[in-house]
Amino acid sequence: MDKIPILKIGHFLMVAIQVDLYDRLALNLEADLVQAVSKTGARGVLIDISAVSIVDSFMGRILGNIAGMSKVLDADTVIVGMQPAVAITLVELGLPLKGVQTALNVEKGMELLQQKLQITGEEESEE
Amino acid sequence: MIVLSSDNMRILKELDMVVFRNRLKEFAVKIGMGLVNQTKLITAASELSRNMLRYAGGGTVLIEIVNGPQRQNGVRVTFSDNGPGIPNIEQAMKDGFSTGKSLGLGLPGAKRLVSDFDIKSTVGKGTTITIIKWKNG
Repeated sequence: MDKIPILKIGHFLMVAIQVDLYDRLALNLEADLVQAVSKTGARGVLIDISAVSIVDSFMGRILGNIAGMSKVLDADTVIVGMQPAVAITLVELGLPLKGVQTALNVEKGMELLQQKLQITGEEESEE
Repeated sequence: MIVLSSDNMRILKELDMVVFRNRLKEFAVKIGMGLVNQTKLITAASELSRNMLRYAGGGTVLIEIVNGPQRQNGVRVTFSDNGPGIPNIEQAMKDGFSTGKSLGLGLPGAKRLVSDFDIKSTVGKGTTITIIKWKNG
């Protein structure tokens, strides 16, 4: 059974999906990631889908689920590297991934997560 | 319409969907379809093959390269199953309608992504869906 590795980098978890996603694999990733967020206390999740050529409604829903579930566990999710053809297809399919934050690439995604961490960090220190 | 080449596959488990998507990509590349159209076609096919698996327990797909009007090449995919059929096609084609737990985007979304979409269903007998994506369509 394929397994997508989850890497911990500082306060964040990073996942690079390098294989063709099928439903079971996507569901396992969802479960593994949410568990990892809870276990590590990560504040952000970065998912690189630059190698993914197809995102259909099922996989789109899983990505949304991961973002929603992580949010409940106090971690932000950023999806990075979406191929332009995938973006066009998703919107036309009727799934614009509302509620999921995206960034162009891993570097920008990391910056976004770091900014968010700093903002919430300042708020906490003010209190 | 002239059929230039074809391939038949059975979709009985999730991993068959991956093999099918790859095979479909080969056909799309063969006729020189652009990346955006390829992605739309394969995404639509992914939705429809999942439906077949989920609601009918599997079925067969026929991939064909066809030469249509104005001599344009395209890929035609026919999904056939012997499942329970769809009682109300009009309802099933509406955004957000689902008898399962999905988002209800499968059928209407797939239709938006392809050039031609035809659905025939008989309750108790099964469903056949045919889609065509023209090379530049």
